[in-house]
Amino acid sequence: MLKDEDRIFKNLYNDLGWDIESSIKRGDWSQTKDIISKGKDYIIKEVKNSELRGRGGAGFPTGLKLSFAPKAVGSRPHYLVINADESEPGTCKDRDILRFEPQKLIEGCLITSYAISAHTCYIYIRGEYFREGEKLQKAIDEAYKKNFLGKNACDTGWDLDIYIHYGAGAYICGEETALLESLEGNKGQPRLKPPFPALVGLYGCPTIVNNVETIAVIPTILKRGSKWFASLGKPKNTGTKIFCISGNVNTPCNVEEEMGIPLKELIEKHAGGVIGGWNNLQAVIPGGSSMPLLPKNICETITMDFDSLIKEKSGLGTAGVIVINKDQDIIKCMARIARFYKHESCGQCTPCREGCGWMWRMLERMADGDASYKEIDLLYDVTKQIEGHTICAFGEGSAWPVQGLLRHFKKEIEKRSHEEPLIKKKTNIPYLIDQHLLEKDNA
Amino acid sequence: MSIKKISKVQPELFEFTSENLEKAKNEIKKYPKKRKASAVLALLYLVQNQNDNWIPLAAIRYVAVLLGMPYIKVYEVATFYSMFNLSPVGKYFVQVCTTTPCMIRGAKKITEICKKYISEEQNKLSENKICSWTEVECLGACVNAPMMQINKDYFEDLNESKTEEIIQKLLKDEFPEPGSVKNRKNNAPESGKTTLIEIKNA
Repeated sequence: MLKDEDRIFKNLYNDLGWDIESSIKRGDWSQTKDIISKGKDYIIKEVKNSELRGRGGAGFPTGLKLSFAPKAVGSRPHYLVINADESEPGTCKDRDILRFEPQKLIEGCLITSYAISAHTCYIYIRGEYFREGEKLQKAIDEAYKKNFLGKNACDTGWDLDIYIHYGAGAYICGEETALLESLEGNKGQPRLKPPFPALVGLYGCPTIVNNVETIAVIPTILKRGSKWFASLGKPKNTGTKIFCISGNVNTPCNVEEEMGIPLKELIEKHAGGVIGGWNNLQAVIPGGSSMPLLPKNICETITMDFDSLIKEKSGLGTAGVIVINKDQDIIKCMARIARFYKHESCGQCTPCREGCGWMWRMLERMADGDASYKEIDLLYDVTKQIEGHTICAFGEGSAWPVQGLLRHFKKEIEKRSHEEPLIKKKTNIPYLIDQHLLEKDNA
Repeated sequence: MSIKKISKVQPELFEFTSENLEKAKNEIKKYPKKRKASAVLALLYLVQNQNDNWIPLAAIRYVAVLLGMPYIKVYEVATFYSMFNLSPVGKYFVQVCTTTPCMIRGAKKITEICKKYISEEQNKLSENKICSWTEVECLGACVNAPMMQINKDYFEDLNESKTEEIIQKLLKDEFPEPGSVKNRKNNAPESGKTTLIEIKNA
């Protein structure tokens, strides 16, 4: 188990106070000037050496991302945008950073802004986190008062302004280009890539978009050294991570742990075990709702890091662990996730807009035992039609959990889906239900 | 995508109060001069605050003029984002999260209580016209499931009896104490911390 002194977020539960004075006592804003005086290349190199991977879900190497920003500022200013639009079901880690460790984030913003030559930083918070935003604004005001922000921030010679921008309840705005669209005052619909935001981002200017947790750990990495960070966890999956353990566990909680911790240890040690005992475990969604679930036999041995989970055809995602025990109807659980995606699809690409609703309707019928046996293969086909055929990764995010269900719980679905296809019943078929069969007949 | 109902009863005019106009100007200042449109979300929030939690069409026109945007662009934004209400909701607007992590911890019981005490249907005002409720997607407090949001505050770790208490209070026009109803310390395990035990501010 990780030692307490190696934990980055020491005020995760707000035992020590989130105000700037308490934060300074915990080591925030110490050495900031020294770090910045070592130069941009040093900062980016240290982040690269630490092998930090983005904490927002995709796990992209952060140092590499920072290095994509143009070296010299041309006619267009550079921007740093912090993605605090935390909406992935099962995930609530950024919320705790925003309300209890805001100075870590603000300090990270200053260091990162300097490294990518940005003078303006926007923090995009989901609209529902209004109270968290209020706290963060207070923290920003405190930092301004101490001259840690503004002109010659923290006596480093670098100017930085930070602004909060609230979203308004659209999950898709967590996708970086949709987030930029939303920041510009448009509907949050993702843009085609390339061009990538690092070159053409906010207002057409070079922009680096990073998750809250990623930016908030950067000051500590630079203070304690990339070697320290890289010594935690596993190779290529280094450092610590805040895990959110929710669902059917005795004591759901957020906890900062080392990357690569066994899932079983995480659940048993921190979350008080599965309700009804470990043998009552049915499945675990390891990284927020977009990641395919894992059945119990894999949960026995799996470790929580990007690469081990990819090997099991799942992913670490945001590390929002949703535990589902045998008292739950697994098909119903996934149908509810499908409904979430149906609700949140931005409507831009047809496969996703139509497919998400279609998957949801089929899964609801499967859960109720009203589906036909032919629909099982069809459901898989629909997920394949969505995956890879959309502008953004929402398509994958909606299709993967359903594929995961089909991969591990196909028998359960087969047990319930034995109706004849509606078309064979020759009953009056309502439009939209089994529309595909109607069309085949008419063709 | 969610379906938005636009109120049939619409006020003819809308204007910010001088206080809100000042706030709006401060919001616009956050963005580059030629990028006033960026403030549209913030301004629509101000409208909602001023206008009993919903946005009339007149306000959409007003915001469009204020930001130099076409009316349809602001309309598009107002209909796209789920947090903008285009028809009246209660003074106390209860939003119950029912996505999977909350669902498996009993969100259905919470919606049943809302049905029983507030209104049978979602988005319908209670008998005394001060409260309405709706189901929403994940609110990002999954380790405190089941939970709900009332106006700007989160109510966490709900159970049936506490939810009833909260709703009864709302119907009496009182605002209950937000946060965890179990007096649990934020997101720490309920039975006591397993980490950060001997950490102090240096």
